[in-house]
Amino acid sequence: MATYIFYILGIIAVVATAMAITRRNPVHSIIYLVNSFFALAMLFYLLGAPLVAAWEVIIYAGAIMVLFLFIIMMLELSPGERADRQGPGPLQWLPVLLLGAALIGCTLLLLKLDPAGSQNIPTWYASPRDFGYVLFHEYALAIEIVSFQLLFAAVGAFYVGRAGGRKEAGGIK
Amino acid sequence: MPEWLLITLLILAKLGLVFFVLLTLAAYLVLAERKILGRMQLRPGPNRVGPFGLMQPLADVIKLLTKEDFIPDQADKWLFMLAPGLAAVTALLTFAVVPFGPPLTLFGHEVPLVVCDLNIGVLFFLGLSSLAVYGMTLGGWASNSKYALLGAIRGLSQLISYELSMGLALVPVVMLARSFSLNDIVMAQADVPFALVNPLAFLIFLISIVAESKRIPFDLPEAENELVAGFHTEYSGMRFGLFFVGEYINLIILGSMLTVFFLGGWMGPFLPGIVWFSIKVLLVCFFFIWVRGTLPRLRYDQLMHFGWKILLPLSLLNVILTGAFLLWRQG
Amino acid sequence: MNIWRDIKGTIQPFWITLRNMFRPTVTIQYPEQRAEISPRYRGRLILTRDPDGQERCVACHLCSAACPVDCISMQATEGEDGRRYAAWFRINFSRCIFCGLCTEACPTLAIQVTGDFELANRNPLETVWEKEELLVDHCGQEPDYNFYRHAGIGVVAGRGENPGEDKPVDVRDLMP
Repeated sequence: MATYIFYILGIIAVVATAMAITRRNPVHSIIYLVNSFFALAMLFYLLGAPLVAAWEVIIYAGAIMVLFLFIIMMLELSPGERADRQGPGPLQWLPVLLLGAALIGCTLLLLKLDPAGSQNIPTWYASPRDFGYVLFHEYALAIEIVSFQLLFAAVGAFYVGRAGGRKEAGGIK
Repeated sequence: MPEWLLITLLILAKLGLVFFVLLTLAAYLVLAERKILGRMQLRPGPNRVGPFGLMQPLADVIKLLTKEDFIPDQADKWLFMLAPGLAAVTALLTFAVVPFGPPLTLFGHEVPLVVCDLNIGVLFFLGLSSLAVYGMTLGGWASNSKYALLGAIRGLSQLISYELSMGLALVPVVMLARSFSLNDIVMAQADVPFALVNPLAFLIFLISIVAESKRIPFDLPEAENELVAGFHTEYSGMRFGLFFVGEYINLIILGSMLTVFFLGGWMGPFLPGIVWFSIKVLLVCFFFIWVRGTLPRLRYDQLMHFGWKILLPLSLLNVILTGAFLLWRQG
Repeated sequence: MNIWRDIKGTIQPFWITLRNMFRPTVTIQYPEQRAEISPRYRGRLILTRDPDGQERCVACHLCSAACPVDCISMQATEGEDGRRYAAWFRINFSRCIFCGLCTEACPTLAIQVTGDFELANRNPLETVWEKEELLVDHCGQEPDYNFYRHAGIGVVAGRGENPGEDKPVDVRDLMP
């Protein structure tokens, strides 16, 4: 059973991503992308990593996509672009509806596999503690390097994005 | 098989009960807010419909249901129609992980009084709270109105400003309880609630959930005297009603989250667990209303400065301090 | 220090709102309770009569000229004794702003304000009041004033013969 769900989720993720990169309306493609992230999160859950699944939703669907959306809105692309607005035709809403229905169906199947709630996960299972232990013991160096890289990127972005040129910036201080 | 059926039925009963209580409570919270705000401004609040205005929520629902459901011509129609549902559903779903009482024994089964005790309940809450912004944002964008768009942009920037510190304020709680499950977090507060153990995290979380609830000191996405009604300017009828109900359900959920994480959940002397839980949640809701009656609205950039330059460093510092304290206590 | 002032300024309002919650409300529950109207309240307009029971209005159009929203209109006409009165007199209360300028303009104190403010109506046409509805049977706020004792009706008594009037001066008598 888990294998079927795995393949269905995989197909959902791929189709949603394909839809995301072919949409003309950026907000619609973000919705498809979020759909695909949900499918990915379910995949992680199926593989016994609920923590990673939760991070997938929180960070990718919840934070990064929100940032994307923020930038798209700042660009002032109106939803009423003529080419994309031939009424709510079935081509526009059917794919996302099907994908969403498939996702919900998979969730229900997962629930049915394990009716009491979520205690026993089908395949192998990593608790948050195990996950954290592995992350900060075995891969501590990699984590540190990545986090420093992010810090450098943040400092660099701050440096590049200062108001005005170098001279004005000095003047402001 | 009857075993399996019984468990499923219990889950369904719990679901229905929680759903019903939550919606009723949200409707009456609206009335309570109007009454309390009225009293703070020396007026009695709604008192015409039924005794003491107790039928007001019913009248409001009838009014909203019978109003015209208007969709602007240039709007992105299906997103416009979908967004309010998204806002309400994300609010409702969060309650699934809230433990509202000690386990109950029913038909020889031990029934935990929580719809679904996820072992990553904290993350479930954080995930849904970050998804909740989609309903607001997509609704604001799909309306194709400048006020709605401005409200949506403000809501997004507000979310990125406070969400990080909200998550970081929960890290000390998880460190103290040594679990992501909300049930375990409540159990860990049997002696002392975490609000006393870690008051800084409590304060940061409190401020963050006020921002999360999009209520008055931080109600920039709505800001009725600047942006008409912000992201739901173009909504009418029950679609607006869904946004509205979602906001109040969100209020109850944030109140119960504060209760679970910092005020000891259903733990308390003498009274049964459910009563303690309700008292605490309603007190937090009263605090929210009190804040709304008291504080003025912050400016857009003030909120972002506050979130990024004060709350975030403080919560990071708090994480480090809590970790150091825990290590020191272990020896 | 400034931060203490800020913290105090954030905490103090909470105390004030909490205290206000337990104070009595100031709302007047309108249909059951009624606010006390001040004697100078400017509400619905009336057309008063003089102590003899005659209409005071002489249809001089001054109120209609003074009205900033042009809600007063009338048609002047004359009785057989040369007395001017309004053939019809109309006030559109859906336009009236209750400023009271008409009462200040009125030379005969005919148009006056009252304390009545309940003019709401489902039919907008019924907010237009005609002379019959406006006319009342009392003198309003000036019970003693009677314009027609002094002037108004065509001069019957001849020049200088009205009460309190001097004889006309013959300019040719004033030669030095």
